[in-house]
Amino acid sequence: MNTLTAQAAPHTHGANSVSRIMLIVILTLVPATGWGVYQFGWPALNVLVLCVASALLAEAACLRLANKPVGLFLKDGSAILTAWLLAMTLPPWTPWWIAVFGGTFAIVVGKQIFGGIGQNVFNPAMLARVALLVSFPMEMTFWVEPKPLFSAGAPNFMEGLAITFLGVPSLDSVSSASIIGHVKTGFTQGHSVADSLASGQFDIFAQGLGTVAGSMGETSALLIGLGGLVLLALRIITWHIPVAMLGTVALLATLCNLIAPELYPNALFHLLSGGLMLGAFFIATDLVTSPSTRVGQLIFGAGCGALVFVIRSWGSFPEGVGFAVLLMNAATPLIDHYVRPRIYGRNRKGEPLAIKENNERGAS
Amino acid sequence: MRLFKFRGGVHPDGHKQASANKAIESLPIPEYLYVPVQQHIGAPAEPEVCVGENILKGQLLAHSQGNVSAPVHAPTSGVVHAIENHTAPHPSGLPVKTIVIKSDGEDRWINTVTPIDPFQLSAEEISIRVGAAGVVGMGGATFPSAVKLNLRNRYSIHTLVINAAECEPYLTCDDRLMRERGQQVVDGIRIIQHALGAEKVIVGIEDNKSIALAEMTASAANYDDITITKVPTRYPMGSEKHLIQTVTGKEVPARALSADIGIIVHNVATAHAVHRAVRYGRPLVSRIVTVSGDAIREPRNLEVLIGTRVSELVAYCGGYKESPSRLLMGGPMMGQTLPRDEVPIVKGASGIIALSTQQVAEQLARPCIRCASCVTACPCGLLPLEMASRSKKGDFQGALDYGLMDCVACGSCAYVCPSNIPLVQYFNYAKGELTNKQRTQHKATETKRLAEQRIARLEREKQAKAEAAAKRKAQKAAERAAKAAAKEPAKGKSEIAQNTSGQTAEKEISA
Repeated sequence: MNTLTAQAAPHTHGANSVSRIMLIVILTLVPATGWGVYQFGWPALNVLVLCVASALLAEAACLRLANKPVGLFLKDGSAILTAWLLAMTLPPWTPWWIAVFGGTFAIVVGKQIFGGIGQNVFNPAMLARVALLVSFPMEMTFWVEPKPLFSAGAPNFMEGLAITFLGVPSLDSVSSASIIGHVKTGFTQGHSVADSLASGQFDIFAQGLGTVAGSMGETSALLIGLGGLVLLALRIITWHIPVAMLGTVALLATLCNLIAPELYPNALFHLLSGGLMLGAFFIATDLVTSPSTRVGQLIFGAGCGALVFVIRSWGSFPEGVGFAVLLMNAATPLIDHYVRPRIYGRNRKGEPLAIKENNERGAS
Repeated sequence: MRLFKFRGGVHPDGHKQASANKAIESLPIPEYLYVPVQQHIGAPAEPEVCVGENILKGQLLAHSQGNVSAPVHAPTSGVVHAIENHTAPHPSGLPVKTIVIKSDGEDRWINTVTPIDPFQLSAEEISIRVGAAGVVGMGGATFPSAVKLNLRNRYSIHTLVINAAECEPYLTCDDRLMRERGQQVVDGIRIIQHALGAEKVIVGIEDNKSIALAEMTASAANYDDITITKVPTRYPMGSEKHLIQTVTGKEVPARALSADIGIIVHNVATAHAVHRAVRYGRPLVSRIVTVSGDAIREPRNLEVLIGTRVSELVAYCGGYKESPSRLLMGGPMMGQTLPRDEVPIVKGASGIIALSTQQVAEQLARPCIRCASCVTACPCGLLPLEMASRSKKGDFQGALDYGLMDCVACGSCAYVCPSNIPLVQYFNYAKGELTNKQRTQHKATETKRLAEQRIARLEREKQAKAEAAAKRKAQKAAERAAKAAAKEPAKGKSEIAQNTSGQTAEKEISA
C-alpha cells in the first residue's frame, strides 16, 4: 500500500459544520419571514432579496480583495444570514437603497474590515441597522399597517416593485407607528401608558401573532419564539442568553410596572413588542460576538436585557435591542477574559486543588 | 453505587457492532516477527541476543535499563534473523532498533511453569514479576506497570480503579476480553489490588457493553471489595482523570498523580497480562487487537503475537475493501496514524483501524467562528478556542496561561468543531515548542551554572595556591629564624636575627 500522510487525532468528526449552523438558523427564520411577507406584501420580499443580494456581492468583492477563496466562504451562508437578519429589522416598505446600503454596510464595515467571518466584534446586522437608524431616521421609522398579500388594497407585484424602487405614492395614507413607538411618544408627551395603549389599541393576540405594524422580525413574536425553540432543540444555541435577556426585561418591567403603572407598561407588553424576541433568540445569540462560557452568556444576556429596558424606558429611541446588543458585544472580550470555566484539578482561581489527605509516605 | 458527572465530553458514533460479536481468534504464527526494543514509555530495552541465535518462546530478548523501562521477550521460538532498524508504529515512520525473528513454527516455550499462588507473594515480589514479564499499560499509554505498582512505597493507596470503559469508537478488544476471560481478568485485578494494598476496587465499564458487564459481575461475585460499575457511554470516559471523577467524585489535582489522592488506575487488559505474568510467570508476548474500520472486509478481534506486522492482521481479516485513506493504531479519537501496514504490533496496540476516504472526508479548516462548541465539549474545563488562537500565532506562553498543560489531548474539541480546526494539532505543536524552549532554557542555565562554577573553582584554586605559598614562606621563614636563633643564642641580639631572616626570605622569593 502507499505511504499515508501523518494526521493529528482525532480521525473522526461530528456532523457539525459552519454551513449547517447557518442553514439551520436561516430555516428557523423562514416561518416568521414568510408570515411577514404575507402581512406586508411584495415590498417586504423585495427588501429581503435586495439585502441578501447586496450582502453577497459585498462579501464576494471583499474576499476577492483579500485574496481569499470566494466560493468557499460565500457558500458558508454567513453573509446570507447577516443580510436576512438585517432585512427582518427594516421597515418592510423601505426604499431599495436602504436595503442595499444596509446589506453592504453590514458585510463591509460590520464583518470584513475586522478580517472576515469570526473576527468581528459587533453583530454586523445590528451595526448596519443602527447605522441606518442614525443616518436615515425618517425612512427607518416609516411603518405600515399590515396589508396581507392578495387582500383588497394590498399592492400587487408590480406595485410592490414601484414601492421599493420609486417610493410610496401617498405617505400619509399608509403610515403608522409601531405600538412601541406609540407608547414612547405618549410617554414624552405626558400621556399615561394606559392611554397610549388604549389609543394604540394594544392587543396581546395581534402583537403575538404579528398582525400589527412593524418590521418582519418585530411583529410575530410567536413565530420568532418558535424558531428560537427549534434552535434550542437542535443545540445551535443554548438557553442562557435568551432566558437571561428575556428574564431581565420581564423582571425590570414588572418591578417598574408595580411601582408606577401609569408610566411603565407591563412585562408582557415588553416581551411581545418590538424586536425583543428576535433579539433574544437570533441577534444576541450570534456565536461570534457573544461570550464563550455559560456564565459569561448569562451575564451577557442579562446585560442586553437591562440595556433594552433602560433604552426603551428612558432613552430617546423607542426600541433598544440593536443598541443593547452592540453595547454588550463591546463587553464580550472583557467578559471572556474574566469569566472562565473551572479547569479540572484546579480551583476557580486556577490554582491546583489541595491534596487533602497527606498521602505521601515518608521517603522509604 | 453513586456516580459523578464530569463536564463536557462527546458522543461519537460507536461503530462497535462491526466487531463486538466476533470471538477472539488466534492469528496463525507469522514467518517473521519484528519486535521493537522500544514499546513503552521510558528507556529502550537493550538487546541480549545475537543474530543467528536460536531462541525459545518467552526468552528474554532485551533487558530493561533504567528505572522506567520494560524488557521484551521472544513471542515465539525460532532464530534471531536480524537486529536492525525497522519502521516503528509511530506517525513519524522513523525507524527503531528491532529484533527480527524467523519463527520455526513450533512455538516452544522456554520453560514450563507450575502455577503459583500470587497471594502468598509479597508486594515486592509481585512487582518484580510484573516488571520482569515486560508488562506495560495496555490501554495505549504503555507506561511500565511495575513502576506503577511500586507507587505503594511512596503513597498509601486506598482505591484501585480498573479502566474498562473502552470509550474509543470501533475498539472491542477489552469488551471481548471481559466476555471471554472474565475469571482471569478478575484474578489479575485481585493480584494488582494485593500488590497495592488497596482496600477496594472499582471496575468502570461503559453501559454499551452489557454482556461484559454481566460476565465481570459474575466473575467478581465472590469478592466484596470489587465493585463492577456501569458508567455512562461518554467519551472520554476512559481518560484516567475522568474515570476517577466518575466513579469516586474526586479530582486529581493539577500537576499531581492520582496516587496523591490514594487512587491508582490500571487498564483491564493490563490486569489480564498481570494475571499471566504473576500466576504463570508468562511474559507479555501477545495481545488482543481489534481490526476494524470501514475499509476492512471482515472486522475481527485477534490475539496476535507482539511483532506481527499489521499487514498480516489485515490479510487475515479479508484484506482491504478499498485502499484506506487512514490507517490507525488505537481508536479514531486518540489513535496514531500509521505510515504503512508493514509496521509491527506493539504492546500498546489496542486496535488497527482502516478508514476509507468517505469516513475521513478531508475538510479544509475554516476560520474559528467562536461558537464555543469546543468549550462545551472540553472535559477539562479549558477554552480550546483561545488556546488554539494563541498557539497559532506563536504565543505559547499565552496558550500556557489558558491551561495548555491541563489538556489531556482527548480530541473532543476538534471532534465537535464546525470549522474543522485541528485543535489537538495546535496544542501538540505548542506543547512541543514549550518543551523545546524549556530544554534550551535549562541548557542555558546549566551552562551558565557550570561556567560560574568553573570560574569559582579556578578562583579558589588560585587563592589556595597563593595561601599555600604564603604559608610555606612563613613556615620557612620561621624555620630559618629558629635556626638562626639556635646558632647565635649567646649573642642574644634579636635584631640581627631578624635582619638575617628578612634577607633570606627575600632571597628565597627572588630564587
